Amino acid sequence: MPLTHAFFAVIRRDLILALRRRSEIANPLLFFVLVITLFPLGIGARPQLLQTIAPGIIWVAALLAAMLSLDSLFRSDFDDGSLEQMLLSQHPVSVLILGKIIAHWLVTGLPLLVIAPLLAIFLGMSVHSLGILLLTLLLGTPVLSLIGAIGVALTVGLRRGGMILSLLVLPLYVPVLIFAGNAVAMAGNGLPVGAQINILTAMLFMALALAPWPTAAALKMSMSQ
Amino acid sequence: MTSPVLQGIGLSCIRDDRVLFADLVFALQAGQALLLEGQNGSGKTSLLRILCGFREADAGTILWCGTGINDSQYRADMAYVGHLDGIKKELTVLENLSFAVALGQSGLHAIADALARVQLSGYDDMPVQALSAGQKRRLSLARLLVTQNRLWILDEPFTSLDKQGIKLTETLMAEHCAGGGLIVLTSHHDLNLQGVAVQRIHLS
Repeated sequence: MPLTHAFFAVIRRDLILALRRRSEIANPLLFFVLVITLFPLGIGARPQLLQTIAPGIIWVAALLAAMLSLDSLFRSDFDDGSLEQMLLSQHPVSVLILGKIIAHWLVTGLPLLVIAPLLAIFLGMSVHSLGILLLTLLLGTPVLSLIGAIGVALTVGLRRGGMILSLLVLPLYVPVLIFAGNAVAMAGNGLPVGAQINILTAMLFMALALAPWPTAAALKMSMSQ
Repeated sequence: MTSPVLQGIGLSCIRDDRVLFADLVFALQAGQALLLEGQNGSGKTSLLRILCGFREADAGTILWCGTGINDSQYRADMAYVGHLDGIKKELTVLENLSFAVALGQSGLHAIADALARVQLSGYDDMPVQALSAGQKRRLSLARLLVTQNRLWILDEPFTSLDKQGIKLTETLMAEHCAGGGLIVLTSHHDLNLQGVAVQRIHLS
């Protein structure tokens, strides 16, 4: 079968799997919603303060939700041998892996985007900054999945890789957090945010082009244990 | 004498400072099978994983049709069934097989055809988690039939199969070899392949 067929077959398969294991998708999303709803309760009736820190809250919660969902990216495929079969395919592994990452983003990143407007209104964000928030989430969450995939691929062979995974991946997430959080905060103050958006777009394209290769290499390494 | 299709030259494998095997040599012609024997932990699976390209041999080389095994041509020609089935339990039988075809090339048998061969007809839309261990094993054999491949690498293919299943597997293997295919396998079961030249390597 041609490569494009294999690529879409991987995405389709992972989406079907996600549909049949709904709790795995629901978990990070629930975490995202819970963290954000707890903030107003903890801070108290200070809408001004809440509005100021809203971009930070939403982005930190999104980042942690993304981390929470990472382990499911390769774990089950590694455990049941599907990953072995994928690595033995005649197609370039990096392309198949990109398919898996895209499917993973569709089931863990995209729901955050859908629920974010509700939470933003909850925290008292203006409509203009809500637009920018959605744009940064659209550009930023795929980067989180792509970078995270490298970390998961490195740690999937370890029995307790969770801690190392966080240590590996979190520092790489920081630039996304800084630029995205900053863009939304500045939009709230009515300042232009073109530069931050451009940088986030550049990050997305760089991650799309560069992340699948180290991920594939790391998976091969994990497989040789 | 035709030249060998699969060749291992001076292979050795060292694990945790223990030499599993050293200077292993074999050469398989088209239509031949290689049976690896030995106790548990003697390096049978390690050798298979080296043949798959998951691990690198600590010394020596493997040649497929005269070239190394690090190219996509080799991966297109080989198929591996290991301890792990490589089958998703949430997907149906049909979904699993069509994904296997999508990853490779469609082979001699159509999916319905292959399911009939391994006596799983009528299970098409059954989620794999509802199958028994032996049926799962037969499903992974069906995967070998629906994809195009010349070399089968099988790690204990008879595990959890009943007598009938073992016979079926042997028939399929003999047919594969008769069609010019090659098989490398490990097994504790006495292998009975009609009309196939079986080489044996004893690892100790």
